[in-house]
Amino acid sequence: MWAIVTMGIYLSYRVLDVADLSVEGSIVTGAAVAAVLLVDGANPYLALAAATLAGAVAGLVTGILHTKLKIPALLAGILTMIALYSVNIRIMGGTSNVSLLRTDTLLTPLLDAGMSKNNAAILAGGVAVIAVIAVICWFLQTEFGCALRATGNNPFMSKAQGINIDTARIAGLALSNALVGLAGGLLVQYQGFADVQMGVGAIVIGLASLIIGEVIFGRSSLLRSMIAVALGAIVYRVIIAMVLEAGMAATDLKLFTAVTVAVALYLPTGRKQLAQLRRRIVAKRANAAGEGDA
Amino acid sequence: MLALSRVNKTFNAGTVNEQHALRDLSLLLEDGDFVVVVGGNGSGKSTLLNTIAGVYTPDSGQVVLDGRDVTWIAEHARARSIGRVFQDPMRGTATDMTIEENLALALRRGTRRTLAAGTKRSERATFREALARLDLGLEDRLTTKVGLLSGGQRQALTLLMATLVKPQILLLDEHTAALDPKTAKKVLDLSAALIEEDYLTTLMVTHNMSDAIRFGNRLVMMQEGRIVFEASGTVKSALTVGELVDKFISVGSEVLV
Repeated sequence: MWAIVTMGIYLSYRVLDVADLSVEGSIVTGAAVAAVLLVDGANPYLALAAATLAGAVAGLVTGILHTKLKIPALLAGILTMIALYSVNIRIMGGTSNVSLLRTDTLLTPLLDAGMSKNNAAILAGGVAVIAVIAVICWFLQTEFGCALRATGNNPFMSKAQGINIDTARIAGLALSNALVGLAGGLLVQYQGFADVQMGVGAIVIGLASLIIGEVIFGRSSLLRSMIAVALGAIVYRVIIAMVLEAGMAATDLKLFTAVTVAVALYLPTGRKQLAQLRRRIVAKRANAAGEGDA
Repeated sequence: MLALSRVNKTFNAGTVNEQHALRDLSLLLEDGDFVVVVGGNGSGKSTLLNTIAGVYTPDSGQVVLDGRDVTWIAEHARARSIGRVFQDPMRGTATDMTIEENLALALRRGTRRTLAAGTKRSERATFREALARLDLGLEDRLTTKVGLLSGGQRQALTLLMATLVKPQILLLDEHTAALDPKTAKKVLDLSAALIEEDYLTTLMVTHNMSDAIRFGNRLVMMQEGRIVFEASGTVKSALTVGELVDKFISVGSEVLV
């Protein structure tokens, strides 16, 4: 499920070059919409579609705040995130969480067929991830997808080539948050409840997964980066499980994640600084040696 | 045909940094004109090009392109008719995308971007042929990311992207200023060849006086947001670098007095 959140963040952070904080809210929106619909006895697939759509609307709002109202992207995301907190509670009927008790979810048919809950979740999640990778890969190579990538890459050039970069950014943010909403909808069906706090730290977890994936698995082509990003989310989970196993308090997890992301973001700069330091030491030694000879 | 009439543009109006970048500027370009613009820093050359491209909207006056008033039309919406090459080689291309993807973006300039394939196999032949004209060996590197190309190669590619769909006007904003002399010459010769072959109406800004004399059928000198000197045809071709520099100094001193 988190792999899909990470792919949503890949769309905004890598493709559009925008750090979008609204995902912290839109994952809950997706979960809340799905949960409420499921409790009402809706079809689990319909609940997923609604969750996706709700996420897209959240992204649309951030996009409009950012492009039409010219609010800096970071702030636009924060505004949407805060607003969604209230909206999410409203969706859940005024409470801060909704439990799915004895309601049919995506996993029900799999469980009925005798699969364990974990296996069922892995199967459903795996299928969803592969489908999302396929759709996003196709999309990014369409005319519109190329325009979106160009916008993130070089807005000056994009305008000169007749791309409406406002439209591209709004659409990109909507799509990114749609994926995050979808992930929320899946998550709620797996864990059995939606909670208004469940999105806290989503952006940092997503970024951590994204960077881990790119560092380990590379980003030479579109398909490769998408797969890398998805695998990164799994690797991140494994790391978390390992540190918890090693005895770290669960409440320290967020601190651990933040430090991981900070270190990972610093890595490329750190490498350059180290190289420069080395050159300086070499140059100093050479100078000292030269003076010694003289 | 491009017509600017009595265009004014002021930056930071009402502050100590107020700068009247264009003052009642009128300019008419006939089809096929190749106009070279010279002038000191801050004389308004870049503002002129950016106003035509739609980066800035003028405070007053009109920009008419092939009979259509584009004064209020957004930059991306008028891009179909305008080809641009910037001074900074980083500006004209998307570095994380391949040569072929960049060309495909340019081929779709001014059209609606749909969910059809971003690059079609059938377009590759066109791209190869166009790249072959540059004589830089890029025709065999369609799937290379543009970030790996040199500044000169990128400017040549940008030039190609600007002219792939024939523009009603080509705007070259000191597009060789960031290149080494040899590469600059190559890119400039290439520009001239493309302009001549496709009969492109062109506005080129340059700081190089000998280039200003060698290229184009008209020359315009700007100072303080106005056109202070114009030469065309035989008068222009008879100009020497010395005369042009003298002209520069004379308009500069006039302004000082």
